[in-house]
Amino acid sequence: MDKSLLAPGHRACAGCAMPTTIRLVLDAAGPNTIVVSPTGCLEVTTTPFPESSWCVPWLHSLFENASAAASGVEVMLKRRGKDTNVVIIGGDGSTFDIGMGSNSGMFERGHKILYVCYDNEAYMNTGVQRSGSTPFCVHTTTTPSGSQSQGNPRPKKDMPAIALAHGIPYVATASVAYPVDLRRKVKRALEVNGPSYLQVNAPCITGWTFDAGTMIELARLAVESGLWPLLEYEKGELVGVKKIRRPRPVEEYLKLQGRYKHLFKKAECADMLSQIKDMALTNMAKYNLVD
Amino acid sequence: MSYNTANMKVVEGSYAVAHAVMCCRPDVISAYPITPQTHIVENLSQMVADGELDSEFLTVDSEFSALSVLVGVCAAGGRGYSSTTSQGLALMYEVLYNVSGLRMPLVMNVANRAMGAPLNIWNDQQDAIGARDVGWIQIYAENVQEAVDATLQAYKIAEDKEIRTPVMVCMDGFVLTHVYEPVELLDKEKAREFLPDFEPEHILDPSHPMTFGAFADPSTYTEFRYQQFEAQLKALPKIEEVARQFQESFGRYYGGLIDGYFLDDADIVIVTLGSVVGTIKDAIDSMRSEGKKVGMLKIRSYRPFPVQALRKALKDAAVIAVIEKDVAIGGEAGLVTDLKAAFYNSSIRTPIIGFAAGLGGRDITIKDIRRMVEKAEAARKGDLSEFEFLALRKEIL
Repeated sequence: MDKSLLAPGHRACAGCAMPTTIRLVLDAAGPNTIVVSPTGCLEVTTTPFPESSWCVPWLHSLFENASAAASGVEVMLKRRGKDTNVVIIGGDGSTFDIGMGSNSGMFERGHKILYVCYDNEAYMNTGVQRSGSTPFCVHTTTTPSGSQSQGNPRPKKDMPAIALAHGIPYVATASVAYPVDLRRKVKRALEVNGPSYLQVNAPCITGWTFDAGTMIELARLAVESGLWPLLEYEKGELVGVKKIRRPRPVEEYLKLQGRYKHLFKKAECADMLSQIKDMALTNMAKYNLVD
Repeated sequence: MSYNTANMKVVEGSYAVAHAVMCCRPDVISAYPITPQTHIVENLSQMVADGELDSEFLTVDSEFSALSVLVGVCAAGGRGYSSTTSQGLALMYEVLYNVSGLRMPLVMNVANRAMGAPLNIWNDQQDAIGARDVGWIQIYAENVQEAVDATLQAYKIAEDKEIRTPVMVCMDGFVLTHVYEPVELLDKEKAREFLPDFEPEHILDPSHPMTFGAFADPSTYTEFRYQQFEAQLKALPKIEEVARQFQESFGRYYGGLIDGYFLDDADIVIVTLGSVVGTIKDAIDSMRSEGKKVGMLKIRSYRPFPVQALRKALKDAAVIAVIEKDVAIGGEAGLVTDLKAAFYNSSIRTPIIGFAAGLGGRDITIKDIRRMVEKAEAARKGDLSEFEFLALRKEIL
């Protein structure tokens, strides 16, 4: 890899998947790219005035308007006849929840924009509160486990399905643990004529609580357990599924993370665990993940 | 003031303003429909559809997105336009601060309307007065012609390198947006001479990557805010200068920051803003014929607030009555509070009384103005009622 377009010196935590994800995205997109980011960890760790880690033009406006602001950028570039990539990179809070209206508007208007969500499954920047992306049973600071609670009571929102429902030409999931796959998907997304959505599993060390050295292993286990299938849709059709060469038990993935530890301490959580296993099995069957 | 009546046309206020926007040549128009703003953006859509206006028109999912799109447009070097009112302006609230903080010279027409609840689509100025601290310049129009002319002037003010501050051109909803009156539409070529193409200093450009919208910690945040504050102070002479330049090009002038009517010898001065000025002028005409020394001061620039101009213009008044279409519940109202603050550290000790009137579209009549003047006369004699709702229907309370 040549010099990264995300300069070192940013303030992200050691063991955070987000900067690695961004570097891979920028590596694939190249320097002829404008990035728009909503408020979040990415924004606060990379742009403490007067410093910036961004070696491509970068715009931050607000938490819930990156898609709208990027639409404005894209329209102006088209108007000026410039062929520059427009890439939104934001976390799951802005993507799944607060920015949904503006995301939907951008998809529906058909802007040629790649939306990359680095998905760490909660509001990490504000201290690990539940988002629409938080999976079932996850302990967050607003869905804590307790005597009357087993963590988040609801499953993760199916954001790729929402993106697909807009009829956009390219939707895919990816993982920081599969860099070749991730880079290829970024390149493909930038080729299509219209909006594209890429959702990348990006473990957060403070929110998920794991050993910093295991970040990539954890992301790989999410895929190998069947909980994070790597999928690729073109024009609404499923065209790519990453096969799992060695399927791993769901517990192996969950046990490495503090956010699931209550599931292994309380006898009444056995049912919850089996529900999570069912989710993985459903994915494996639905997408034919294992040969 | 001179009107070239040969060029005047009877058109709807919204069309006249849309025509003015066309003459400003925005790259992108981004808007969400809300009454009574709709006719402005419908007219613009048609102009784009007919090839009369070379702009991109984006239909978006909300007012919040409407203004957010323009953040991107501006960062990419374009001239942006939107228009909204009331609830829509409130939904934009967060973006309003963002636009001014990013020093983006956008222009919006605000078709002033009441805020719910209760839901009310009619005119008052609660929406814009409630957004007085968002860092935008606010100019209020008395009639359609002023709204037209202020729209062109607004871009020139906003895009000035020393100012770089967004401008709201406020025009009373329905009263000005839906009225048909004779207007001199702007001449496209003269408008182009008056307002050259936008030349941004910084844009999103891969050959010169720059970071827009970094966060500022306590060691620098204050200075960012100060620069905005300073830019609005610089806008005071700039608004006047642009109004004079406009006069040279188009022959019309209505005061830069403020304007007066029978102000010089007036004992009782009514201070106000917006379309009610016309009614007040009529009331003054009839009271003058009765020998009452009543005059009026019209605020054209509410932000920046023209403190020095007001002190100078009002120093000889015996009593000041402020009438405005907003109320600061729990306090008084925007303009009267600002006016009192402007005088406190001066030698002016003129009694100031305030009236909320015309809320939610209720007509302000000449009779109402006369009643207010009676209150002002009483205040002059020491019977001071500081603030009240004019023509309050006590029988339905």
